[in-house]
Amino acid sequence: MAASFDPAELLASHRSGHILALGLRFVANGEDYCEFAIDYDRRLVSDANSGILASGPIVSLMDTAAGFAVWARRGGFKPQATLDLRLDYLRPSRPGQTVTGRAECYRLTRRIAFVRGLAHDGDPNDPVAHLTATYMILGEGK
Amino acid sequence: MTAVALLPYADFLGIQIEGERNGAPLLVMPFSEGLLNLQGGIHGGAIAGLLEIAATAAIDATLEEGEDPRSVFKPITVTVDFMRPGLPKPVYACGQVVRVGGRIANVAVSAWQDDPDRAIATAHMNLAITPPAEK
Repeated sequence: MAASFDPAELLASHRSGHILALGLRFVANGEDYCEFAIDYDRRLVSDANSGILASGPIVSLMDTAAGFAVWARRGGFKPQATLDLRLDYLRPSRPGQTVTGRAECYRLTRRIAFVRGLAHDGDPNDPVAHLTATYMILGEGK
Repeated sequence: MTAVALLPYADFLGIQIEGERNGAPLLVMPFSEGLLNLQGGIHGGAIAGLLEIAATAAIDATLEEGEDPRSVFKPITVTVDFMRPGLPKPVYACGQVVRVGGRIANVAVSAWQDDPDRAIATAHMNLAITPPAEK
C-alpha cells in the first residue's frame, strides 16, 4: 500500500512552505510510519540565553511526521486535516542537537486516522517529546 | 499589563504584538508562503507555534517587571484542537491565564482569522513553574 506514496517525490514538488522554511528533512518511511528531522537553528530557539529549541518547531516536526504517516498508511497524498494534537514535553532538547521525530498511524478508519509518535535528540530511548494526534480523513474513501 | 518581549522563534514566524485583548497580549501572525502546508493551508505546526507563543505571552504579562519569564515557565503539555482550515491571511491569537498555582500554570488560548468568535484553533497548555533556587 505504501508503494504508491513517495514522501521524497511529494516534497520535491514543493518549492516553498513551512516544511522548507523550518528546514525539516525527510528521513524514512514505511507502510504506517514516517520520520523527519530538524537540524538545530538559532532562529528557532525560545530563549537566546539558554539556546533551547522552542516547543513550536517540535510541534511542526511531529505534525508533519504524523501527517506523512497517515498518507503512508492511506497509500497516497490525499486530503486530510489535523483534528487534534497533544504533545508532552518530556525534557528540553539539547542545544545544538538535531531532533528526529517518528510518527506511526496505528489505526485508520473511514473518517479518522490515529497517530502516535516520539521525538528524540540522538537516543530514541531517551525521548524529548511524545505525540498523540488524530486526523480527519477527507475526500473519497480511506 | 507588563510589557512582553517575544522569543526568536516568534520573529521567525513573523509574529508581532498587535495590542491587548481582555488584559492579555493580542498577537498577529501575518500570512507568508513560508507558513503553508502541502495542501495549501497554514501548517498546523505554525498555528500551534502561534498558540504557544500567545500562551507564554499571556503569562509574561502577569509577571512583575524585571522577572525573566522563560527561566521560570517550562512547557509540560500542549493540546491543540483544529476547528477550521488556516486560510492565506493573518492569524490572531490571545491567551487567557486560567490559573497560576505554586507549581503549575494553566493557560487557554485561541486563534482566529476574521472573527474572534469563530476560532480556527484552540489550545490549552500546562507549564511547570521552576522555583528560583532551581533556575
